[in-house]
Amino acid sequence: MLFSGRKKKVTLNQQNELYGHCLQFYCQPPLENISLTEFEAFAVDRLKLLKAVENLGVSYVKTTEQYKKKLYAEFSSLGFPHREEADDSSSSKNQTGPTECEKRRKDHISHFILRLAYCQTEDLRRWFIQQEMDLFRYRFNELHSKYKTEFLHKNNLKYDTISPDEKDNLKEQLISSSFGFSGTTVAEQDFYKVPFQDALDLVRTRKVYLKGGYAYIPHQDIVTIVLNDFRTRLSKALALTARSLPAVQSDERLQPLLNHLSHAYVGQDYSIQKNIGKVSLEQIDPLSAKSFPLCMRQLHKALRENHHLRHGGRMQYGLFLKGIGLTLDQALQFWRSEFIKGKVDADKFDKAYAYSIRHMFGKEGKRTDYTPYSCMKVILSNPPSQGDFHGCPFRHADPELLKQKLQSYKLSPGGIMQILDLVKGMHYQLACQKYFELTHNIDDAGFSLNHPNQYFMESQKLLGGGKEVKKEAEIPQKGQENTSSNDPSVPPSRQHNTTQAVDDMGDLDSYFLDE
Amino acid sequence: MSTSDYDSACLPDLLPLYYRRLFPYSQYYRWLSYGGVSKNYFQNREFSFTLKDDIYVRYQSFSTQNDLEKEMQKMNPYKIDIGAVYSHRPSQHNTVKSGTFQALEKELVFDIDMTDYDDVRSCCSAADICSKCWTLMTIAIRILDRALREDFGFQHLLWVYSGRRGVHCWVCDEAARKLSVAARSAVAEYLSLVKGGEETVKKVVLSDPIHPFISQSLVVVEHYFLQYAIVGQDLLGSKASVDKVLSLLPEDILHELLNTYQTEKNPMKRWEHLRTAVHQKRTTIKKGGQYFDKEIMLQYCYPRLDVNVSKGVNHLLKSPFSVHPKTGRISVPIDLKTLDKFDPFKVPTISLICEELDKPLTAEEAEEEVKDKENETESGERRKLRDYKQTSLAKYVKLFDQFLDAMARSRKGEMLKKSDLQKEF
Repeated sequence: MLFSGRKKKVTLNQQNELYGHCLQFYCQPPLENISLTEFEAFAVDRLKLLKAVENLGVSYVKTTEQYKKKLYAEFSSLGFPHREEADDSSSSKNQTGPTECEKRRKDHISHFILRLAYCQTEDLRRWFIQQEMDLFRYRFNELHSKYKTEFLHKNNLKYDTISPDEKDNLKEQLISSSFGFSGTTVAEQDFYKVPFQDALDLVRTRKVYLKGGYAYIPHQDIVTIVLNDFRTRLSKALALTARSLPAVQSDERLQPLLNHLSHAYVGQDYSIQKNIGKVSLEQIDPLSAKSFPLCMRQLHKALRENHHLRHGGRMQYGLFLKGIGLTLDQALQFWRSEFIKGKVDADKFDKAYAYSIRHMFGKEGKRTDYTPYSCMKVILSNPPSQGDFHGCPFRHADPELLKQKLQSYKLSPGGIMQILDLVKGMHYQLACQKYFELTHNIDDAGFSLNHPNQYFMESQKLLGGGKEVKKEAEIPQKGQENTSSNDPSVPPSRQHNTTQAVDDMGDLDSYFLDE
Repeated sequence: MSTSDYDSACLPDLLPLYYRRLFPYSQYYRWLSYGGVSKNYFQNREFSFTLKDDIYVRYQSFSTQNDLEKEMQKMNPYKIDIGAVYSHRPSQHNTVKSGTFQALEKELVFDIDMTDYDDVRSCCSAADICSKCWTLMTIAIRILDRALREDFGFQHLLWVYSGRRGVHCWVCDEAARKLSVAARSAVAEYLSLVKGGEETVKKVVLSDPIHPFISQSLVVVEHYFLQYAIVGQDLLGSKASVDKVLSLLPEDILHELLNTYQTEKNPMKRWEHLRTAVHQKRTTIKKGGQYFDKEIMLQYCYPRLDVNVSKGVNHLLKSPFSVHPKTGRISVPIDLKTLDKFDPFKVPTISLICEELDKPLTAEEAEEEVKDKENETESGERRKLRDYKQTSLAKYVKLFDQFLDAMARSRKGEMLKKSDLQKEF
């Protein structure tokens, strides 16, 4: 207690230094002591924030007002910093909640706690980096341009601009590489020349002019390069953190908490099945019409018609079938019997395809027991190309074809209109949920759809098959990136260690150091 | 001596001969060592062999050229694939702790396969190709080669005929070999314009402004389009094919054209009508973005990449100079200077070049033979050298040599630059 006064002073100075700007690059780890209660509370709040970022990213386009508004609401309710000016003491008296400085401290500390929880595996790191980047992008874009410059300056971020001559020479190309640019906007803006590897998001979408391996980035898109820096640093820091993790994990107060935090990001993964072997091959045809989501119904139909599916389709459908309870033997029989009706003879099947099916069940190669794809994965990764039937029909099919298909499944015109409206607004999972409600004649599905296997189970529950095909409710882990979460408003339970509030956690400091 | 006389039943007899006397080992080793700049670059490279009866052996690796030669002559693989450079020797991948064995580098590769064009070619389908649809590959090479060089700044591109129905591109620049998965997929996506599977009708949608990359690609497509699509594929001839094209247009233009086409049967003129109709529409609607004619051209001709092959660092791709077991053709480098004349059917088959080995020596060669005998020590190496030179494989090996020389030159340039910098320092 004697030292508490001095301690406070040190913290204050440090805070001015650390929390002078609304946004930070998280270069300095926090060095102060915090209670275990605060440790957990901060971590849980940030996790909620990241989950909100993930969910909003699926439901809305990231640049729209709606996205910004919703995210802003999450920021306020969870107490994270959003204001450009740190409020001085006089203004902070007027508000009841935490001060801006406290919020920035929370932002800082909670980020570093989650680094500990999310550095352990490739999947966790990828998820964490993705959400932190979305978060950073949003916050950076919201900054007033004055503060953007200040931020760059403060963090020593300098990028090469091109000369007026070069700009003039490339004027035409620069204009036609960016939306809504004219000669004058090109003349007014600074352009930065960076290796194309540093601006992948712009390259990927062809939103930048490329020449000789360099991307020419207009000032308005500078967030891309800053974000690239952010990603590189975070990814390096996570790798380093992972190396020092064993020491942190030996602390029995923290280890369960960290594990719990990292497990919280993935929803149900539908890989562990009690109902294995509960589906017979004869049931698949009727089930596909009654209880399969549209993506799987489409794959099943394509398989029956063409007696073949390409790799993407086999993975998406095969893992789904595994998830609803097909055994390896059944799966082999199922695929073989269909493929040999087509161009593949039994011999060729055993050589070329059986391996990949055993692989799916974790019997070959590195023996990973693959988990069925979530909606997020189906929607975001590996879009279908020529000859493919996989993907999400609400996302990847032409609306006109989708409409015809829904009509052929005898959906009401009103229902089809509703679905197409959701598709237009890019709410693919909601569209699928609407499809569920319409095909099951209910008003409200009463769940939030994020997995094809969830669709199946909910359907079976409704149709009275619930006893046989029971939902597996245990904690999932490993497997997939981008799994949409369960309801973000439900916090991970606080069963671990909350009572043991220990003040001094000095040991932990060294593990936050990142370089 | 036609190339069509290849019989896959003979393959087991021909392969030993090919691997003993014809396969260009030294060039191959030179390629994959990349000047020996980074340690163990060749030694940590994964090769995989496909043996008789589709037996697939992954994670092969070799410490020397000699090692590789011996193993290939012993196994006589039907097909050879090249994978990534790993953190450890792939042959020992089971002995290192799991998780530490990782793919570090690989050439940036592209795989273009004619089967992906099945919905837009009328001449053939699936694995079949003909000189008509081969134009699609020519277009693909022209577009990608330009973009990879000019937009991405790569210089060392090896284009290879796959041996059957497609082409591969190996981008061998150091920067390309070091690209991350994310960067590879970004490059591949930048280069992809045709999107959507069986459930999508309209696969190319352009919006304002048209990116310089797309305008440049359109220049290439326009160069070939009339001859290839309108004449060769008779795009606007048959009813079925016309319907398919028109389904890519909005209602009003579609009806207008259906009327016109009832009287106008000449495909060229039909295309002109289509263009005029689209252009008229463009001027009436100020909003811009009415690029239907361009979208049609791109949907029918633009290269279709297998993005997954390009993305993965550890993805395997059929090696140059590997034999295609179905056609017997050798996977040979393509000379871009004479690209328009490249004929996949004229690519030598393994049976042809093995036959050529038996033909009598020319006077010049006979003279060399005598010299060799006088100089016994070098004869083995020289014999092999002369062996392939005697066959139709020679010009392709020469092409490969030129490619390797160019790479060596720029490596030397780089090193000079580096040492200059150091001096300055």
